[in-house]
Amino acid sequence: MAKPGKSRREFILEIVRGAGATIVGGVIWGGILLDNAAGSLVLRPPGALESDSFLAHCLKCGLCVNACPYSTLRLADVGNGLANGTPHFEPRGIACEMCEDIPCTVACPSGALDLGLVSKLVDGHSRLDINSARMGIAKIDTDNCIAYWGLSCDVCYRVCPLMDVAIELEYVRNERTGVHAELRPVVNGDACTGCGKCEHACVTEEASIIVLPLEIAAGKVGSSYIKGWDVEDERRMKELDKPVTSSEAAEKTLDYLNTDDLFDE
Amino acid sequence: MSKSLSSYRYLLLRRLTQTVILVLFVLASSKVVNVLNGDFSFALFLDKLPLADPYAVLQMFFAGAKITIDVLIGAGIVFFFYALLAGRVFCSWVCPVNMVTDLAGFLRRKWKIGESGGSRNWPRSIRYWAFALGLILSLVFGMTAFEMISPIGIFHRGIIYGMELGWFVIVGLFLFDLLVLKNGFCGHICPLGGFYSATTRFSLLRVRHIKDACTLCMLCKDVCPEKQVLHLVGKKDGIVESGECTNCGRCVEVCDDDSLKFGIRSSKKFK
Repeated sequence: MAKPGKSRREFILEIVRGAGATIVGGVIWGGILLDNAAGSLVLRPPGALESDSFLAHCLKCGLCVNACPYSTLRLADVGNGLANGTPHFEPRGIACEMCEDIPCTVACPSGALDLGLVSKLVDGHSRLDINSARMGIAKIDTDNCIAYWGLSCDVCYRVCPLMDVAIELEYVRNERTGVHAELRPVVNGDACTGCGKCEHACVTEEASIIVLPLEIAAGKVGSSYIKGWDVEDERRMKELDKPVTSSEAAEKTLDYLNTDDLFDE
Repeated sequence: MSKSLSSYRYLLLRRLTQTVILVLFVLASSKVVNVLNGDFSFALFLDKLPLADPYAVLQMFFAGAKITIDVLIGAGIVFFFYALLAGRVFCSWVCPVNMVTDLAGFLRRKWKIGESGGSRNWPRSIRYWAFALGLILSLVFGMTAFEMISPIGIFHRGIIYGMELGWFVIVGLFLFDLLVLKNGFCGHICPLGGFYSATTRFSLLRVRHIKDACTLCMLCKDVCPEKQVLHLVGKKDGIVESGECTNCGRCVEVCDDDSLKFGIRSSKKFK
């Protein structure tokens, strides 16, 4: 970039200036990127990779949007708090209709929507299976769900594409009247696809059942707990090389309680 | 009359190609005719031929994405079309932001904005720094860095898929080019422009200058959005070598002396 006739001083100045501007630009630019990535309260199309990977893959071409027969999917605009240009849907507006041929995922050229995540093995062949989609999990606000008040409403249960699997009705005695039953909808997180039909159909003014992204709604147990009553899970216990709590650690804890260290700090 | 129209012949053609491409995208998106489906990042021509933005794909790679065959082929087609054949025509014949910045440039000339000096000497090399920075940030943050903020994306996606606040970005860009820096975005900052500038200098289609016909009226330099590429005007015969030339043809169409023309790099007439 040094033009002939320029002194060494000018040349060095130019480099320093360029590097400085690049760093300043990089910091601002990086800040915008972090802001983009922070918008995690978003429902992606079926088969979407997990958030970080999704943002690396998605080209924002909109082919999934164009493939959707129900205009469910939209690309995020500037300023709506989501990663700019990425596809998403808002079930209270238009829910996912759970097409069996999953045209949106099929249309994705970049792999941001991964067919492998919405397929299952049938007789050794991989078949599309929209029911294995995990777009989110429906959560019920039991304070505002009128079925939990004891009123008769089972709209979410009936619109659920996996009725009696993803949403079940629980029969509970209505303690207030003493003579009636409550028919409470209960979401089964293992089966819920996050299509959002329940949220779309909910009769309360603001939906009392809403779909949240897995990353927000789903907890994680970790490896510390094992279901003793589950043969599969119990096997993990045997696979562990060493005991979960070492005696050394246990001694330390005891020492800690038995010495004055407890009151030191 | 015909004279004045002919001095806009490439400009009108460019507006036509830019508009037709956008209209085709809109028609595919609204499910009317499926000729060109997608957007400038990735598109399917006639539902078969993939086309992809090579810089966007490069960012994907740096962000750690697995590149699919379709995307790779699409990026290859686009890259080699510009690099070997057409030159940096994306910027002047395809990109819709060009219509915005050209309008700003036109009004700047007409209203004589910024002729009294001011901060006009931003280096045009910013775009190469921005290009590299885009890749570094893609690597660091694991996402396609420029695609997240690209005014090109915001504008064309907005037209195809709808936008609201996106218009502010476009108006801001227009005002920047109008009031702050002449040919500011496309000629100085845009990393995609930088990418194409750096990769298209060996393309077949080039502007050619014939010194003896030139009357040094400098109309060409007046309209050229990258006037540093026209340094040979009035000095020597030859082709415009720089990849920063967008082959927009403005210099060719305003030249009254037939001293600037489109030509093919290898033809003998260039010598």
